[in-house]
Amino acid sequence: MSNDLDLKSLSDEELVEQMHDDLYDGLKDEIEEGVRILLDRGWQPYDVLTKSLVAGMQIVGADFRDGILFVPEVLMSANAMKAGMGILRPLLAETGAPKIGKMVIGTVKGDIHDIGKNLVTMMMEGAGFEVIDIGINNPVENYLAAIEEHQPDILGMSALLTTTMPYMKVVIDTMKEKGIRNDYIVLVGGAPLNEAFADSIGADAYCRDAAIAVETAKAFMSRRQGSALARQVA
Amino acid sequence: MAMVPLDAPEPPRTLVIACGALAREFLFLKERNGWDHMSITCLPAKLHNRPQLIPEAVRAKIREMRAGYDRIVCLYGDCGTGGLLDKVLAEEGAERIAGAHCYEFFLGSPDFEALNDEDPATFFLTDYLVRHFESLVIKGLGLDRYPQLLECYFGNYSRVVFLSQVPDPALEEKAQIAAARLGLPLTIRETGLGGMERFLAAA
Repeated sequence: MSNDLDLKSLSDEELVEQMHDDLYDGLKDEIEEGVRILLDRGWQPYDVLTKSLVAGMQIVGADFRDGILFVPEVLMSANAMKAGMGILRPLLAETGAPKIGKMVIGTVKGDIHDIGKNLVTMMMEGAGFEVIDIGINNPVENYLAAIEEHQPDILGMSALLTTTMPYMKVVIDTMKEKGIRNDYIVLVGGAPLNEAFADSIGADAYCRDAAIAVETAKAFMSRRQGSALARQVA
Repeated sequence: MAMVPLDAPEPPRTLVIACGALAREFLFLKERNGWDHMSITCLPAKLHNRPQLIPEAVRAKIREMRAGYDRIVCLYGDCGTGGLLDKVLAEEGAERIAGAHCYEFFLGSPDFEALNDEDPATFFLTDYLVRHFESLVIKGLGLDRYPQLLECYFGNYSRVVFLSQVPDPALEEKAQIAAARLGLPLTIRETGLGGMERFLAAA
């Protein structure tokens, strides 16, 4: 706990380490203060994001996967990161931080759950993706409109319910009918999903959690850029 | 209770593997129908919050208890396992009641679909969930420790529907308190236990 600690008295390295702890403990106010201190010390917003917030959330994500942390604690950490992101987002836009891809993401029709989707959105933004979040309860028309408007690299779909997850296939099948399925990487996630389901509906990958979503998106983007480069060379 | 001819064959010894949320309901039906050939074993209802653990927990229970029974049936919906529970049951030669959740087999599929179509932002309670609202919902979601997460969990919901299996004014009052705690209006629907009873009678 950094309640009794003057964050300003810490060296950069100590402060970043303390921010990892504060993020782990879901301490929103301390994270906001830490972000401001690093910015005041002349840190680039992108470095604050990656070295303090994203690195801290990676520890949270790993402990969640290992069963050390549970959903409430992860949500508290995410809220703290969100507060830090709130300060950094406008600065990142001003300073032209690197963008590695664009994603449209939304929860499918009939489903109003968005905790996982929001975590993915935040972690993807932290990893340098531009994310357009179209919210909850989306019919196929919403996905198609967002794809057309934003021309993303990736389409992300989320569902929490066994009863709503089949709707992902409706979206993918509609994309096939329109001849645009292969123009996009389609990632799916949500508690009842698994790899077999993702394969069966024709998604590119199932993402078990937000950290995996980031890793998967990055891997697909590298492959895609590699393919584009190969085409140029040929 | 139906009359059984004296020379009728013994009914198969049947094990019911159930979510702990359904134990009381099963025992009520067992007594009402005289199902002496049926026994129940339960897995913790808190698995509802971690459905990925359900399929293998059911498999372990089947393997542990199979020797003493002729037949095994499951009182679980798909319960958020994304078809993995059905895969385990098929591999182990057991079957379950139809439906995505207990809400569906309490209500019946057409009514469940209609309710969801009418408003997908519906949070369901059952008799069990009302009785154990504090431990399963409030503590289970960490709201006792982090009340500020209420909006995060329930901000998108617009109503609570209490599916009442056995009408009880005390439970209805508790449901009112639970819905108020979530900041949502409450509707009460009496479902009875007909779906479960039909499944078990045929088992």
